Amino acid sequence: MNVSRAALPLAKPASGRSLSAWWQAAPLSGVFALFFLVPLALIVMVSFWDFNEYELLPGFTFKNYISIFEGCGSTGGTGDLCVTFKTYLSTFKFSFLVWLITLVTGFAVSYFLAFHVRSSGVQTLLFVLCTIPFWTSNVIRMISWVPLLGRNGLVNQALVGSGLVQTPIEWLLFSDFSVVLAFVHLYTMFMIVPIFNAMMRIDRSLIEAASDSGASAWQTLWNVIVPLSRTGIVIGSIFVITIVMGDFVTIGVMGGQQIASIGKIIQVQTSYLQFPLAAANAVILLSIVLMIIWALTRMVDIRKEL
Amino acid sequence: MSRPAVSRAAGFWPLALFFAAFVLFMYGPMLVIVVLSFQGPEGGLTFPLRGVSLHWFDKLAQGLGVVDIGAALKRSFGLGLAVMVCTVVFSVLAGLAFRKKLAGGQALFLVVVASLIMPSIIVSLGIGLEFRLLDSGIKAALEALGQQDLLENYGTALGLFTSAMGAHLTWTLPFGLLIMFAVFNRFNPAYEEAAADLGATPWQGFAHVVLPLIAPALVGIGMFGFTLSWDEIARTSQAIGDVNTLPLELQGLTTTVTTPSIYALGTVTMVVSFVVMGLAVALSSLLGRRQRKARGP
Repeated sequence: MNVSRAALPLAKPASGRSLSAWWQAAPLSGVFALFFLVPLALIVMVSFWDFNEYELLPGFTFKNYISIFEGCGSTGGTGDLCVTFKTYLSTFKFSFLVWLITLVTGFAVSYFLAFHVRSSGVQTLLFVLCTIPFWTSNVIRMISWVPLLGRNGLVNQALVGSGLVQTPIEWLLFSDFSVVLAFVHLYTMFMIVPIFNAMMRIDRSLIEAASDSGASAWQTLWNVIVPLSRTGIVIGSIFVITIVMGDFVTIGVMGGQQIASIGKIIQVQTSYLQFPLAAANAVILLSIVLMIIWALTRMVDIRKEL
Repeated sequence: MSRPAVSRAAGFWPLALFFAAFVLFMYGPMLVIVVLSFQGPEGGLTFPLRGVSLHWFDKLAQGLGVVDIGAALKRSFGLGLAVMVCTVVFSVLAGLAFRKKLAGGQALFLVVVASLIMPSIIVSLGIGLEFRLLDSGIKAALEALGQQDLLENYGTALGLFTSAMGAHLTWTLPFGLLIMFAVFNRFNPAYEEAAADLGATPWQGFAHVVLPLIAPALVGIGMFGFTLSWDEIARTSQAIGDVNTLPLELQGLTTTVTTPSIYALGTVTMVVSFVVMGLAVALSSLLGRRQRKARGP
């Protein structure tokens, strides 16, 4: 070892380090600039453009936004909502149902793993078991429900065989039910990981203190564990809600291409090269998602202050 | 604890039962299609199993309708490898950058998190739009320069290793960076400082000290990169040109194919995912063991 070189790193000026940090962050920053920030800016810009059958016409018009909300001002006397409102309502419904079910399921699974499994080896093993499906194909996991829920699927075979129903149930597949089921199947993992992570950081002596002070298991759960897991709950909720709000693949495959969603509208408009319309829809979707995220993160802060 | 250690806390058994049901819910359907992909030639999309055969894998190898599965598989595999390499390299570099003073680091982190939770259809639409505008720009430029030959041969800038790869990276890099944060939060800088004190250049310190220590985590990032790319649909859908990746083909086939061949395809892609996961676990435990051995008892 050459001892005389030991002092060299210290002699380097501090600005050099900051500059080299920039070079190191450059590839990652470049990817997000090129494939995330610029595309988002272009969406906002093109949402104000005009278009015809052949090309996009640069300009500044509110036409696309107006056409999205066409007929939404009044209920038209029939009490029917316009297509856009109906679609958003349906998307909200899915988001809420999926959020509720994944939250309860994810919380229960995480709670079991974090507080009831004592050996840390078993804990890791079971946690990994929950996350493995995340690395497999979503479409495969969707179509894997077909042999179970189809008209002649296992569930119907069992129901008819046991005499519970006379004819096979039709609404098991390609319905709202199968869409929600598939969402829960695919995305509960996004709840489990952050909630489990938050629960593992809870100081175990707090729970002992609660039980020493005479709190019941429920009181401990509701007043100690739930508030202390809230960061995980909020992160998981943001994941699940944003995924369901923008989805078109799951709703398409599991809804038999019959159920509308905002994501699907955007996808169809893009395939017809109606980019300005698709972009306007994307801007609206994005603002709604941002509002939901804002509300969710505020919920954390408010509860922190109480 | 007043209670004996063997007794379980209240609620253990109901929760354990719930957990078991959840695991069954996660894996049951996947197991069913693996079983059904070995359906006999007479069998259909549902049970009962009419014999056991490789008939539907054979059909799959011959191609499903107009779709060349083999070519799609190769494309997805190549793209997955490229995304994997980029995810690992870019995440490590950025992870190192965030350990130093990085002006604008907070903003960059926000952008990365935003990309993670952004509805995929929006990212996909944006990238598709960007490349189409780029196409019009290039065509206009070629016309202005009078390059008629080039203009006629010009197709589109959209493609597997341009727009699709960018779309995949907006999905894989956030995971990579978050893993790097987790790694460096637990990283003991004493090893690096010791190397520097002994006269190692920053590069030597990285290559001989830091890199071996973080190697198992890098394998994990690589696995994220490959498997997430291998199965990605939503962000790729609008950001790909004339050719499709395997999951996109598969999504299209769900409505047209009515034979167990589609389950065979499902089994094949699942096997690839599991092989990659297995390789990653084996490699990272090997690296971990070597590290412990090197550190001594």
